[in-house]
Amino acid sequence: MIPVTFDYVRAKNVDQAIQQLKDSKGEGKILAGGHSLLPLMKMRLTEPQMLIDITGIDALKEVKKDGDRLIVGALNTHREVSIHPEIKEHIPLVAETARQIGDIQIRNKGTIGGNIAHADSAADLPAAAFVLNAEVLITNEFGEQSMDIDSFIIGPLITMMPEDSIVTGISFEIPPAHTESTYLKYFHPASGYPVVGVAVVAGTDSNGVIDYVRVGITGAGDVAFRATSVEEALIGKTPSEAVIKAASKSAAEDGEMGSDLFASEEYRENLCKVYTERALTSVLL
Amino acid sequence: MTKMVGSSVKRKEDARLLTGNGNFADDITLPGMLHASVVRSSSAHAKIKSIKVEEALNHPGVVAVYTGKDLEGKIGPIPTSWYVPGCNLKEPPQYPLAIDHVRYVGDGVALVIAEDRYTVKDAAELIEVEYEDLPAVVNQKEAMEEGAPLLHEDIENNIALNWKAGEIPEGIMENAEVVVKESFYVQRVFPSPLETRAAIGQYNPGSGELTLWCSSQNPHIHRMVLSEVLGISEAKFQVIAPDMGGGFGGKIGVYPDEALIGYAARDLERPVKWIEERSEHYVAANAGRDEYIDVELAGKKDGTLEAIRVKNTANLGAYLSTMGAGVSTIDFGMMVTGSYDIPYAESETFGVYTNTTPTDAYRGAGKPESTYQIERIIDLFAREIKMDPVELRRKNFIKKEAFPYQNAHGLVYDSGDYEKPLNKALEAINYEELRREQEKKRKEGKLIGIGFSTYVEMCGFGPSEVVGAVGFQGGTWENSTVRVHPSGKVTVFCGTSPHGQGHDTTFSQVVADKLGIPIEDIEFVFSDTKSVSMGWGTYGSRSTAVGGAAVSFASDRVVEKAKKIAAHELEVSENDIEFENGKFQVKGVPGKERTFQDIAHSANMAWNLPEGMEPSLEAQYFFKPENFVFPFGTHVAVVEIDKDTGEIDLQRYVSVDDVGTVINPLTAEGQVHGGIAQGVGQALWEGAVYNKNGQLVSGTLMDYTLPKARFFPHIESDFTETPSPVNPLGAKGVGEVGTTASIACAMNAVVDALSVYGITDLEMPLTPEKIWKTVQEKEGNQ
Amino acid sequence: MTVEKKRVSVTANGQACSAEVEPRKLLVHYLRDDLGLTGTHVGCDTSQCGACSVMVDGDVVKSCTMLAVQADHSEITTVEGLGTAAELHPMQQSFWEEHGLQCGYCTPGVMIAAIGLLKENPNPTEEEIREGLEGVICRCTGYQFIVSAVQKAATRIQETGVNLNSQRLVGEGTQND
Repeated sequence: MIPVTFDYVRAKNVDQAIQQLKDSKGEGKILAGGHSLLPLMKMRLTEPQMLIDITGIDALKEVKKDGDRLIVGALNTHREVSIHPEIKEHIPLVAETARQIGDIQIRNKGTIGGNIAHADSAADLPAAAFVLNAEVLITNEFGEQSMDIDSFIIGPLITMMPEDSIVTGISFEIPPAHTESTYLKYFHPASGYPVVGVAVVAGTDSNGVIDYVRVGITGAGDVAFRATSVEEALIGKTPSEAVIKAASKSAAEDGEMGSDLFASEEYRENLCKVYTERALTSVLL
Repeated sequence: MTKMVGSSVKRKEDARLLTGNGNFADDITLPGMLHASVVRSSSAHAKIKSIKVEEALNHPGVVAVYTGKDLEGKIGPIPTSWYVPGCNLKEPPQYPLAIDHVRYVGDGVALVIAEDRYTVKDAAELIEVEYEDLPAVVNQKEAMEEGAPLLHEDIENNIALNWKAGEIPEGIMENAEVVVKESFYVQRVFPSPLETRAAIGQYNPGSGELTLWCSSQNPHIHRMVLSEVLGISEAKFQVIAPDMGGGFGGKIGVYPDEALIGYAARDLERPVKWIEERSEHYVAANAGRDEYIDVELAGKKDGTLEAIRVKNTANLGAYLSTMGAGVSTIDFGMMVTGSYDIPYAESETFGVYTNTTPTDAYRGAGKPESTYQIERIIDLFAREIKMDPVELRRKNFIKKEAFPYQNAHGLVYDSGDYEKPLNKALEAINYEELRREQEKKRKEGKLIGIGFSTYVEMCGFGPSEVVGAVGFQGGTWENSTVRVHPSGKVTVFCGTSPHGQGHDTTFSQVVADKLGIPIEDIEFVFSDTKSVSMGWGTYGSRSTAVGGAAVSFASDRVVEKAKKIAAHELEVSENDIEFENGKFQVKGVPGKERTFQDIAHSANMAWNLPEGMEPSLEAQYFFKPENFVFPFGTHVAVVEIDKDTGEIDLQRYVSVDDVGTVINPLTAEGQVHGGIAQGVGQALWEGAVYNKNGQLVSGTLMDYTLPKARFFPHIESDFTETPSPVNPLGAKGVGEVGTTASIACAMNAVVDALSVYGITDLEMPLTPEKIWKTVQEKEGNQ
Repeated sequence: MTVEKKRVSVTANGQACSAEVEPRKLLVHYLRDDLGLTGTHVGCDTSQCGACSVMVDGDVVKSCTMLAVQADHSEITTVEGLGTAAELHPMQQSFWEEHGLQCGYCTPGVMIAAIGLLKENPNPTEEEIREGLEGVICRCTGYQFIVSAVQKAATRIQETGVNLNSQRLVGEGTQND
């Protein structure tokens, strides 16, 4: 499997990348790690005529705290995300998710920006992104803007990315210090993608009552979603096996289930419930 | 000197493979080499209305485009190599490229040749084929029904063959105290060697010689068949199998693509390389299994088994592959009684054409399926009469004293002691304790299963008269030449064709012991029709039992001659010479001796040989075995099922195999592990799926699950050794036992776990969803 | 569409190499067809099998899912850079001793991936090795002896202090017995 012919340029900085995108007249695509793009190009499902390699732009590798948010530069690889001290400290959920993406080789090359920008419905990161109210930082000739993750990703491989723009980073909300988090993934045995991946951040107040809970689910359908029904059922309750079990029953209610050769909608719905229950249990009990 | 046979010698072939110095087909580059791509049908069943090639031909770098019409009359159809008699076998012609009718997704419609591997892919996309779709049928049972779409107009009901063996006397089934029936489906799977298929052709227009490097398990069969197809003398046609990234049966077949590459190289007078892509492989390379098996097992309430009746409805795909007719008939049907002394058996097979990629041998070829039905049904029989499945097996085992044992279909099992591996396996798992544990956990609501497979398989193909009588177009004997150089170093030639099994090493161990020389002094040549005399390749676990035996006999001949020379030089009678540790020693006279190397030199110089003796030291042996060999053993699997998700946790896997004399315990164990991974893979994860329109849904490694490292526990493998009397090594076959045993074993474990719900069967692969749904249904949605 | 070829220069196994290639050329084809490093193989189209794994600037990656132009000016280690038949790298030595290979087709990629694993986790348990090998597929061995080989290599590498980050990874102080 070989991509069709295309041209290739490297961008030295963000402005140049944007100019190169404009020059390509809609035929260009940004290349970072290439782990979302190249497989599609090899299957000739996408045929850009120009690839603009942004991996030389060091500014896009920064990780910085911005108030109650942590901004992760788009070019950080999954491996880098999984071990970065600040990410581990402030948003360990993202580090834990990154550690479970694909395999060593993919984690070494694939980037957080590329992963999100591609909106692969089967990707791992969207669960954490939804849970941590991620914003996608986008730059184009008109300047910088940020977009909520749920308005950015609108379908499988479909985003609201404006023309001639690049994703420069992902900004994650830092959850309250008393919370804990986890990402629990059911691996597709062949592809390694999540059949269902559940991200949970939750905590209890000094009385042992759940005062913070967010549940994000990816892989189950075309787009990731927040399981708000589960969150609502838990908030203000004292965690127990029974409470978690009852709440988890509505895990699939806020999203649409997909189906494929490996797992039907019905089975995915069940996995959402079971994995939500297990993730919540490990965080809250 | 330490004996080599029986010791875990590190492999000789590894140095090159570990350092990137292997020579696989795609590593071969020839001057002026072109690249080929086969354009394949996207329709499962259609008439070809037109093929437009102009745009491709005009694409820069494109050298040629061929369609089926271009090749008509120039290369013949690809014949099958197994004409099973007495089954009304119908073989439709399979042209190297479809002429006006495509019959499966993957059927070749055009061949594009270009200067490099990227250009040829671009050009292949420019070929426009207009199809007029016809109704397709992918399931063999549906294909047999009246009114089903016909693949080949003159083949009624798409039935390729109807084969029968054995007869159960009237009254036996009817009057039996217990008859247990079940229908099983052994699903279609992909052999999936990690290296896809490959071929490189090179033609010398001056000499008229054609060389084909081909990822083949049996280069001599490829030469024999393709010389006919291409119309070239076997003497001017060299087929070489370079290093190969596995085969597992998928590279036995002689394929249209290989004929095309040979043809194009000759036609264009330039070397042509074709490397199959993975997604192409899954539509175009032969698949395995795909058989519906109906079984009836009759016996007494005390567990005495009396008769078995089996019907196999096999999906042969769109055409008859190289061994396509034999797998579900001879290979499967003759072994349906398994390791049990069942007096009567009846086997019947329907082979059916469908709009799918052809099926052929895949690791075990018919024996895993045969083992599957008997090992599954015996468990159900045990459940029916409330007997422990181990006890029922033991009660019906062919007794040690009964060997050689003739089974109900007339096959003579060479040797066996079935209790031995069973007892060893039971001890390894601590069976009684395990059952108690299972009872305890069941009471806690847990789903624990213990599965057995006490199999026997037929391998070591085989006695020529027998394979001839069952219609196989080959001799399946084997040859070896041992050539001793003046220095005493040795080159050995053999007609089997290893591709990962490690025969360079294991066969060298045999030669080292025979000749008393270091293993480093021995080099092997396989897989080249120009250097190696006629041979039949590597499949059906035949290499050691037949090829290794030929190597052993040829080595004996060398020693025999060398001994004569030594006696002559030492001026004693041959009877006074004993040969040990590489030395020809005059009995009782220490120091009066010649080394093997001395004699090698003498023989090659020929300055002083016994009167009338031919010079040099070289011997060839053609070994025709008098029987197949029948390895056996016991496998045990322990599983726990997660009720919430249906996931199966394979907690333990124990194998005790008896493959006769073990030449190299390390490589033998490796073969068993690999076989188990493929068998358990079939039971739990792998499955080739077509939709109703004949499109392959599981066509990449994103959808088709090849097992990964984390899927398995530490496999506990062991051997017992009951030598075979069929060959001088006492060896049976080890390549397929793991697969033959393990499909049924893993399934039995899961069905045992689910037996609390009365479950008797589930369709493979046992995806978590299937298990979860079963549990849900039985427990009710809480 | 025709595009200009690009010059891609790398240091492969310690040697400076250079070739002009189409931008679409995959790294694996650059290594195999342009540099003649045929030890690295292709087993699938979809980034699953890992037979094509190589090290780029010390990170193990799948060379079928990377363009040659992306690797310009990088340091690459392939199986040819591990060790020689006379002086095997501890990983190769362990694969040999433990029978971690059969057909040998996946082996170069598996060994490179295993080195990548040991760089992250120098002393992994059996379970960690099995999970760490998610990115490779072997159809021959059933993985058991691969797992033993990686375990043995881990011990050997710790004992001998072989630097897994050095460009040419020839085993220091290991004996080829």
